[in-house]
Amino acid sequence: MSNVAAHSHVAHQFDDAAQQRRAVTLGMWVFLVTELMMFGGLFTAYVLYRSSFPDAFAAASHHLDATLGAANTLVLLGSSLTMALAVRSSQLGSRGGTVAGLLATIVLGCAFLGVKAYEYAHKFEEGLVPGPHFHFPGAEANHAELFFSLYFAMTGLHALHMVVGAGVLAVLTVMAARGRFSADYHNPVEIGGLYWHFVDIVWIYLFPLLYLLGRH
Amino acid sequence: MEPTDKRKHYLNADYGIRSWLLTLDHKRIALLYLISITLMFLLGSLFAVLIRLELLTPAGDFVQADTYNKLFTMHGIVMIFFFLVPSIPAVFGNFLLPLMIGARDLAFPRLNLMSWYVYMVGAAFTMWAVLTGGVDTGWTFYTPYSTTASHSNVMATAIGIFITGFSSILTGLNFIVTIHTMRAPGLTWFRLPLFVWAHYATSLIMILGTPVIAITIFLVGVERAFHLGIFDPALGGDPILFQHLFWFYSHPAVYIMILPSMGVVSEIITCFARRRIFGYGFIAASSLAIAIFGFLVWGHHMFTSTQSVYAALIFSVLSFAVAIPSAVKVFNWTATLYGGSISFQAPMLFALGFIGLFTIGGLTGLFLAALGLDVHVHDTYFVVAHFHYIMVGGALMGYLGAVHFWWPKITGRMYSEWAARVSAVLVFVGFNLTFFPQFVLGYLGMPRRYHAYPDEFQVLNVMSTTGASILGVGYMVPLCYLIWSLWRGAVAAPNPWRATGLEWQTPSPPPTENFARTPVVTEEAYAYPLKEAELV
Repeated sequence: MSNVAAHSHVAHQFDDAAQQRRAVTLGMWVFLVTELMMFGGLFTAYVLYRSSFPDAFAAASHHLDATLGAANTLVLLGSSLTMALAVRSSQLGSRGGTVAGLLATIVLGCAFLGVKAYEYAHKFEEGLVPGPHFHFPGAEANHAELFFSLYFAMTGLHALHMVVGAGVLAVLTVMAARGRFSADYHNPVEIGGLYWHFVDIVWIYLFPLLYLLGRH
Repeated sequence: MEPTDKRKHYLNADYGIRSWLLTLDHKRIALLYLISITLMFLLGSLFAVLIRLELLTPAGDFVQADTYNKLFTMHGIVMIFFFLVPSIPAVFGNFLLPLMIGARDLAFPRLNLMSWYVYMVGAAFTMWAVLTGGVDTGWTFYTPYSTTASHSNVMATAIGIFITGFSSILTGLNFIVTIHTMRAPGLTWFRLPLFVWAHYATSLIMILGTPVIAITIFLVGVERAFHLGIFDPALGGDPILFQHLFWFYSHPAVYIMILPSMGVVSEIITCFARRRIFGYGFIAASSLAIAIFGFLVWGHHMFTSTQSVYAALIFSVLSFAVAIPSAVKVFNWTATLYGGSISFQAPMLFALGFIGLFTIGGLTGLFLAALGLDVHVHDTYFVVAHFHYIMVGGALMGYLGAVHFWWPKITGRMYSEWAARVSAVLVFVGFNLTFFPQFVLGYLGMPRRYHAYPDEFQVLNVMSTTGASILGVGYMVPLCYLIWSLWRGAVAAPNPWRATGLEWQTPSPPPTENFARTPVVTEEAYAYPLKEAELV
């Protein structure tokens, strides 16, 4: 394009870096709103069936490992801390700090996914994966199957967001290592952080709803 | 299409298929959409033709019940998800928003191109489903029609609609950010053209509603694939939950289709009445009000679905409330016309047609919002007539108005005004002849979605099919003279209608960068009548 600004990181359609920053930040917030609505559909289904079949849901919930869930919650909260540190470092123009923060976030995110994979594998062994082979030792097996359908849909969609997030952070890490960011230009790290915190917050709701509610 | 003056503009800035398929220019992406949705419109029309042919006679002689189920399903799916929802936003919103607000492009050009590819992938899945046997669930995908009961291509169609939803989300996101952050100096919120306000409200619905239909379709998909019971009562699930989630999007989706048309009508009415818009603030606010109220009325589709009487009562009251912002618009347009120096050029004919047909569609909507009457006409041709008055009489009239109003800007060519007026009249007459008899049919008790009907309904059905033939001609005529105009049309001036608005202050067709210099806005929208000095 003919009117590329002097700063190469300002796209041609923007007048200046400030406008680009406003647009990109707003864009991420609007995207997060759409994500909220998407998860909202699942949360609605969950609330409806939880209130319809409270006993079956409580019984099914006992088959989840609350200790692993709690550990994963801590891991994810830790990753949000390292993400915040990465954003702060990028604002201060510290290349090393940014890379370190992003890498730590990726490691913690992968740790979360590892624990999640272990939990999923365990459910397979126990026959708690919905479908033709579902086997639930207790009353109201159909309703327990609904619980596990929602469990896999909600945590699965969440895990998919984690995978995408880890990919985004990996790209940001490479960009940061190559010195693409500075105290003047660090917007991608910020909006990457927004996304990561959002995925974290979804889990903050999923954990008590799925693992803790109805447990005595 | 080579213009005589060899001026560089967005059409001749670059040549070759790559320059189109990899373009980041919002104007070119708008044309990609224009071609795609026109093809989808023709496909959807083909299904409509087959439906009307079958309904010529009371007996099921042309197609049988199973085929008929597929025809009305695919007509609905193609027309709603692949034509009406993207129509004005993806073509004219894409083309005009940056021009109207004095920007070089949308905020996220890559996302914009991606949204077109996402649309095409979704369309490809759906086309595949259509070609390999079709789908018979009804466009609403109600469970258990779409889960345990159907053996047609539900999965491929569901995937297609799921994917296409994201193109709608990306477009809405792009518009919201663009309108917030890219306005030219001096272009305050209350100086924006009402077309922009309408698209802002539409975008809000797109980003808030579409994710919900995406997750709903996703749940239907996994239920079919893994035999889960989320919507299956035999396994503890609730099919009514599907209806709630579906209509939470699909009722607001009606406003995705109609709001952009309302924006178009505001532009055309002011221009051809040579008057300032009456009640600018009210029209702008009513767009937002429609977007907000639209999310609170979905239950009126479910009055007969074991809804509690109190829920039905509240949904009914709220549905009546939507009539207020809709009426605000109609009254303000009428007040704008009052005392104007009106000229009946083709875009104006379509806009006036919109006002009349939308009013009928809106008023019959009130019949359906009334609890007692709705039970009588539920799932009859009364409903079919009502929503066609909104979606075809309203949304599609607005779309055609937009095509005729901005065609000179988009292509740099004028079409035959005479032919365009003929087509506007054909569409109006044909439309009413097609759908007005259906109000009567529905009131007399003819149910929708049946391929055969009792003999006493034949006269009205023959009228309807006759009207559909006229309507079909009315749609084909513009296709001919618009394509003809690309080669033989007179070269368009920058502002052939002597309209206000920044898009008319740049040459036709606009240069790739839209404006030679970023415009500065110093007055409100629709400052008619134009001073002679301002005319380009």
